[in-house]
Amino acid sequence: MSLFYPRESLDAFPKHLSPGYKSTVKRSPSKPLIIVPHTLSELSGPVYGHDAIEDGDNDLTRQHGGEPLGERIIVHGCVLDEDRRPVAGALVEIWQANACGRYVHVVDQHPAPLDPNFTGAGRTVTDKSGYYKFVTIKPGAYPWGNHHNAWRPNHIHFSVFGHSFLSRLVTQMYFPGDPLFPFDPIFNSVTDEKARNRMIASFDLENTVPDWALCYRFDIVVRGREKTPEDVH
Amino acid sequence: MSELTPSQTVGPYYAYGLTPEGRKRWKPDDHYRWKETVGDDLVTPDAVGTRIQIEGVIYDGDGKPIDDAMLEIWQADAQGRYASPADSGARPNAAFKGHGRSATDASGGFAFHTIKPGPVPGPDGKMQAPHVVFAIFSRGMLRQVYTRMYFPDEAANAGDPILALVPADRRATLIATRPERGGQTVYRFDIRVQGDGETVFFDV
Repeated sequence: MSLFYPRESLDAFPKHLSPGYKSTVKRSPSKPLIIVPHTLSELSGPVYGHDAIEDGDNDLTRQHGGEPLGERIIVHGCVLDEDRRPVAGALVEIWQANACGRYVHVVDQHPAPLDPNFTGAGRTVTDKSGYYKFVTIKPGAYPWGNHHNAWRPNHIHFSVFGHSFLSRLVTQMYFPGDPLFPFDPIFNSVTDEKARNRMIASFDLENTVPDWALCYRFDIVVRGREKTPEDVH
Repeated sequence: MSELTPSQTVGPYYAYGLTPEGRKRWKPDDHYRWKETVGDDLVTPDAVGTRIQIEGVIYDGDGKPIDDAMLEIWQADAQGRYASPADSGARPNAAFKGHGRSATDASGGFAFHTIKPGPVPGPDGKMQAPHVVFAIFSRGMLRQVYTRMYFPDEAANAGDPILALVPADRRATLIATRPERGGQTVYRFDIRVQGDGETVFFDV
């Protein structure tokens, strides 16, 4: 499969410097990035198969002695390339706060309780259709120090591998209708509304399991397009 | 029109999910109870070549070490083959994946144990000098930045088609140094995200 990776597609991404998110001010390059051709070093990328995961790695509610507190949810979808073809065998990793908005990370000092039955990390590998599925708990909102009364909207962090190292994506999945959207500089660092909305999962009634868990659908599109005859000069 | 899912920052709390064993370098007994899929030791029993350690510190625009960054590397094996279906010369079943991940420690330090990569094909049939691709993620980075580490004392650097695109006065930011350390082959590669001596990052 011969793929190419148009730079224009990256217009959907946030800029490196987005001053509303204060940490970007000292952590963004100040000199212009050097444009380089895509060589084999960029067009190739790591492959992780099913040996990278263990049974149950995608169920964050069954990693401890008991069930975590909170609203049990299913999060599923497909990893796709820019032609919306499935990316099979892609490693998908997630991490998130618990239902109270607290991460197990030692640096998180938000005075909300940890849940002894919830770590908040999961991983899986997509199948031939690019499909992945997690069972977890809906994460809570939490405060952060970016500005006065700053709160992050509910979100799940995603790390995804695609066809090449250029397809590598770290992003965040948000939940529909979150009242914190207008106030969050990380969410709004994506300036195009349509692109921003692609980070919001959709509520999936069809796959909601009666008497058990709500379901959210989150398709992820990573870099990579098939070369078409008119692209080959 | 492309419909990419936008990038967002990895944030400050990725470690228990992405680098659960990385905290061993902060405190030996302090790590998260979660199997690590991608670690900072790339060396596998089938890996042929010179074993090396790549280490460095990453600094922000104030010259302060970034203690919550995550660095990933991607490299060829010693014969210049990528463990990827995109490389027609690759051995797809090789255990050496060529991909690693390191969390920075309290001093902004990162480290990888790996093997020295061989030269790989470049544009227009030219060969590229041996190099390691870096993708850097951090709180305060809304998308990853890409750079490359080259090796000192490689004659091939002079003819490398990518280095040739970098202004001469900034090329040194991409070339590791070789500190003396008994018995080990160590390459030092410090990264300055912004400001004086800013590392060259690539628009790819």
